[in-house]
Amino acid sequence: MTATTVTAPSTAAAAPLPVESPWRQALRRLLRRPSSVVALGFLLVLIVLAVLAPWVAPHDPLVQDLESSFAPYTAQHWLGTDDLGRDVASRLIHAIRLALLAPLISVGVAVLLGVPTGLWAGLARGWVDAVLSRLADALLSLPGLAFALAIIAVVGPGLANVMVALGIVFAPTLFRVVRGAAMAVAEEPFIDAARSIGSRTWRILWVHVLPNVAAPLLVQATILMGLALLSEAGLSFLGLGVQPPEASWGSMLRTAYDNQFEAPLAVLPPGIAVVLTVLAFNTIGDAIRDVMTARGRR
Amino acid sequence: MSLAPPPSREPLLAVSDLAIDLAGETVQRGLIHDVSFTVAPGESVALIGESGCGKTMTGMAVLGLLPRGFTVSSGSIRLGGRDLLACSERELRSVRGRSLGAIFQEPMSSLDPTMRVGDQIAEARRLHLGESRKVARARAEELLDRVGIADAARRLDSYPHELSGGMQQRVMIASAIACDPDLVLADEPTTALDVTIQAEILELLRELRREQGIAVLLVTHDLGVVADFCDRVVVMYAGTVVERAGVDELFADPAHPYTRALLDAVPQTGHPRTLLPVIQGRVPVAGRFPAGCRFEPRCPHGGDERCLAPQHETALPGARSVRCARAAAGEPVTRPAVPA
Repeated sequence: MTATTVTAPSTAAAAPLPVESPWRQALRRLLRRPSSVVALGFLLVLIVLAVLAPWVAPHDPLVQDLESSFAPYTAQHWLGTDDLGRDVASRLIHAIRLALLAPLISVGVAVLLGVPTGLWAGLARGWVDAVLSRLADALLSLPGLAFALAIIAVVGPGLANVMVALGIVFAPTLFRVVRGAAMAVAEEPFIDAARSIGSRTWRILWVHVLPNVAAPLLVQATILMGLALLSEAGLSFLGLGVQPPEASWGSMLRTAYDNQFEAPLAVLPPGIAVVLTVLAFNTIGDAIRDVMTARGRR
Repeated sequence: MSLAPPPSREPLLAVSDLAIDLAGETVQRGLIHDVSFTVAPGESVALIGESGCGKTMTGMAVLGLLPRGFTVSSGSIRLGGRDLLACSERELRSVRGRSLGAIFQEPMSSLDPTMRVGDQIAEARRLHLGESRKVARARAEELLDRVGIADAARRLDSYPHELSGGMQQRVMIASAIACDPDLVLADEPTTALDVTIQAEILELLRELRREQGIAVLLVTHDLGVVADFCDRVVVMYAGTVVERAGVDELFADPAHPYTRALLDAVPQTGHPRTLLPVIQGRVPVAGRFPAGCRFEPRCPHGGDERCLAPQHETALPGARSVRCARAAAGEPVTRPAVPA
């Protein structure tokens, strides 16, 4: 049988073959898992609340009413009021913006720093890898929060500084993950095949290596989002992140902690919000890992 | 079938005195040593030998894609009159995929699992010919059709894992010939495929040679494929070329004892209940080559004083050559003894 006879009679009018990209396939598997649907739904609700905060929140989050400070949970103040009589529910809702923005930006900084260097080290090896890996090891040897504190001590407190500092702290983790995965991918024959048609190195990195390390990268980035939220809350709790009167879940926890004898239940709303959101990020991270590795590409 | 070109033509690919070293904690010199052969335009040349004898390494040197640590220490590789070893990486990139295509052994792992096959085929044309996405895609469709994939227009958007092994190898071939190269390096292109698909892939390569005049350097250990497909044969053993000959001469009258032994080790029909002759021992580990003839420890004629000196390639009548002092002196090469 020759190759030409294999060419089937043209069926041009037929419907396209059911082609599913690996990404779509992974997403479909993700949405089949109840736990990841719940986690994604929770984050979606948070996003909607964050966008609509000024309209959804029952009160202005910054308006003080000292007459009714430490109000209990009532119909007027669903989650009570804080020491300055500000509505806790409204502050909680407005703080969602920070709770989502902070992880997004700090992980974004980590991706910008860690991914290109990781890809480069994984493909080039040699002295490039040696230098970058030692640098990453040095950064990883420092306790993350302490290192972030040191950066903030130099550049000063403030939300933007906290997010960038956390990005620098997370970068070596992403670098490690990407470097390891890129090393494995670089040994694949299709990288040689890409070279054999004349692709240059940066093209191979972006077009062939990056999509093939996307699975572990995505998993790590999602889990880092949870960690970033937790770290931002921690730093805000210490008063280094968001500055008053702006609210973040961390600074709200601080207020509640300071006044725990007047209003012992006040730690619950911000505390539960942090726990649930971190849990959602981690659940999604785990689910992505499961569906991407179960994909059975080859 | 003989597609042998007239011998007067300029060689398309000329590898001469190639030597490859492995750098490392202990530098190993001469892993590949004294390798010379040519491929004429439109010709098909086989590079054969056991696993680990340097066929693939030689092919990768031609592509300029030697693995980390391996370096060409001497010799030259000329493609169309251009010395590839003197080329910068940038110049090499303009050769790879343009005038030199490559097909590898495992079609599944040679295709990027996250990229649609149409894009992978179009990649070379967009890189070398600067074609737009749209034009290159149209060309990719023609190429898919050309390599015998039914329903090419719809297959363009498939991912590699959605294709069978044979189809994947056809996609690899389409990608290798996308820019009408002069030479295609095929490194065991059929080894990972089942026999009927092997025959189809070889038939496709044969058509491409006939219709587009593409020369093929075929790296293989399958003598059946060689007999079926190639004009000339380069036999390698332990990093060096032991014999070069036209395919008919080689099969009819092998000059080197190793070639003889290889041919004898091919199972034949019509001899029931006989033991298959094997070559005793194994290929010496790189870096522990014998000082003299590298095949001597396994050679049925070994032990001769002449075998203990390094062997040189000697020209034989009929554009052949052999690296064996005994064979050069015209002494007969007998079959190896069948193990009792």
